[in-house]
Amino acid sequence: MPRDPRIWLGGGFILFLALAAIFAPLLAPFDPLEQDLMAATAAPGAEPGHWLGTDSLGRDLLSRLIHGTRIALTVAFVAATLACLLGTTLGLLAGYYRGWVDAGVSRLIDIWMAFPPVLLSILLVAVLGAGLTSVIAAIVVIDWTRFARVVRAETLQQARLEYAEAASALGMGRGAILWREVLPNVLPVVLVLLSLEMGIAVIVEAILSFVGLSVSTDTPTWGGMIAEGRQIIYQAWWVLVFPLGALFLTVLAFNQLGDGLRQWLDPILKR
Amino acid sequence: MTLIEARNISLDVPDMSHQALIGQRRKLRILKNVSLSLKKGETVGLVGESGSGKTSLGRCLLRLHEPSEGTLAFDGQDITHASPAQLKPLRRRMQMIFQDPQSSLNPRHTIGSILATALKLNELDAGETSIAAILGRVGLPASASRRYPHQLSGGQRQRVGSALAVALKPEFVVADEIVSGLDVSTQAQVLDLLKGLRDEMGLALAFISHDLSVVRSLCERVVIMKNGEIVEEGLTADVFANPKTGFTRTLIASIPLPEVRPGWLDQ
Ligand SMILES: Nc1ncnc2c1ncn2[C@@H]1O[C@H](COP(=O)(O)OP(=O)(O)O)[C@@H](O)[C@H]1O
Ligand SMILES: [Mg+2]
Repeated sequence: MPRDPRIWLGGGFILFLALAAIFAPLLAPFDPLEQDLMAATAAPGAEPGHWLGTDSLGRDLLSRLIHGTRIALTVAFVAATLACLLGTTLGLLAGYYRGWVDAGVSRLIDIWMAFPPVLLSILLVAVLGAGLTSVIAAIVVIDWTRFARVVRAETLQQARLEYAEAASALGMGRGAILWREVLPNVLPVVLVLLSLEMGIAVIVEAILSFVGLSVSTDTPTWGGMIAEGRQIIYQAWWVLVFPLGALFLTVLAFNQLGDGLRQWLDPILKR
Repeated sequence: MTLIEARNISLDVPDMSHQALIGQRRKLRILKNVSLSLKKGETVGLVGESGSGKTSLGRCLLRLHEPSEGTLAFDGQDITHASPAQLKPLRRRMQMIFQDPQSSLNPRHTIGSILATALKLNELDAGETSIAAILGRVGLPASASRRYPHQLSGGQRQRVGSALAVALKPEFVVADEIVSGLDVSTQAQVLDLLKGLRDEMGLALAFISHDLSVVRSLCERVVIMKNGEIVEEGLTADVFANPKTGFTRTLIASIPLPEVRPGWLDQ
């Protein structure tokens, strides 16, 4: 059992968000789309039931925040996992088989990294058309290199260690060595990256929502809420501050979880 | 009867210090024209300074490296350029005890699972009792099988390394500086273990060491290496009584007293 509080706090907060996302319709006190112009830009607690206040159309902020976790977490889990699978596979093959496989993958990474990522994602979504699938595709297409680079380097290093050679001295084939011996040693770094990548995916989705390239505007998203709040920051600070805070805490939770895992999974540090 | 025979073996590795922009990397020759053969049940010491190519030669003999030149035969079969599939049935019969069990034991697997994998790969019984028996033979309790390598001491890890190699009942073993990282009493235990196994199973042993006092007590023949070449070889007693080259004389002169661990002053 990990004792690191970062794992428990980070993981706990993410679990809390996941539950909020799953049970959003039950938890949210209001319909997140329901407008109430009489109660527009109500401060937190000013109108009965609107604990976090309302936005410029009188929609309940807490309900929108809770429903916003759905998009944020869907993108975090799906996009990061797909980027992880793609990048890790390529990184493993390149680092282990080297030669032309490595030459090809490394060249591809170099070319990919030459593009500025935010610009590339905006461009991609603009071409693919706005929507959840495009956002996920954009994150996968851009961020697989994060995994590929690190996993390739880690695999290169692991494959040089004697346990890989020892396995081959015992008669294990190359594929089996990669799968049974090298992969378990590369996995910790993959898990750490995956956690960090989920945080990144949340931010990227928020950015794309902010510029209106994510899901349609009638689905509540944190990025969309931030964009709205920015315009009325002087009249109603809460419309900006709460989604921004949710975003910040979520990314922080993923990062803390990642850092905690990094230490916990290290067999030498663990003891 | 000759079990393993290396004839005029050379080994090239890519030279990392010269990165060629175009074309082939420069090669570095780390073994030059080395010939060595071992009979069944024979123990040969490979001696030389660090970097003289002892480990590389050991790996060539086991075909963990493919020789760039020369020929290598095991039990009459030419394996110089044998494919992994051709080597597979021979793997059980030739084993290596690695220099550094810290890195030769996978940190992610328990000792039991490491042993079980090795046994299963070679179609031997990997049941709990046979693993306990193997551990018992190297003086480890059966409970060690649930441990991870980092939970054992250096001496215990080295025993696991030896257990792993001898579990397969090989006919030829390369033992690579297996005592250099250990304290004196553990050294003696591991050496006793190895001697016992050698006498019990009649295996041919290539014993790599830079500790001549150990080599003198263990090996019938000795091979002195320098810069990837064999500079002297012969019966251990002859070489020690009558060193032919100045290099061997210097090596012998530097033998530490048996009771004193080399480097004890630095600590
Ligand atoms: N894979 C490799 N690539 C480049 N150089 C190597 C490689 N393996 C060994 N060498 C070099 O070959 C020489 C002999 O190494 P080694 O066989 O490990 O010597 P020893 O075991 O006697 O200390 C050393 O100079 C070492 O740096
Ligand atoms: Mg060596």
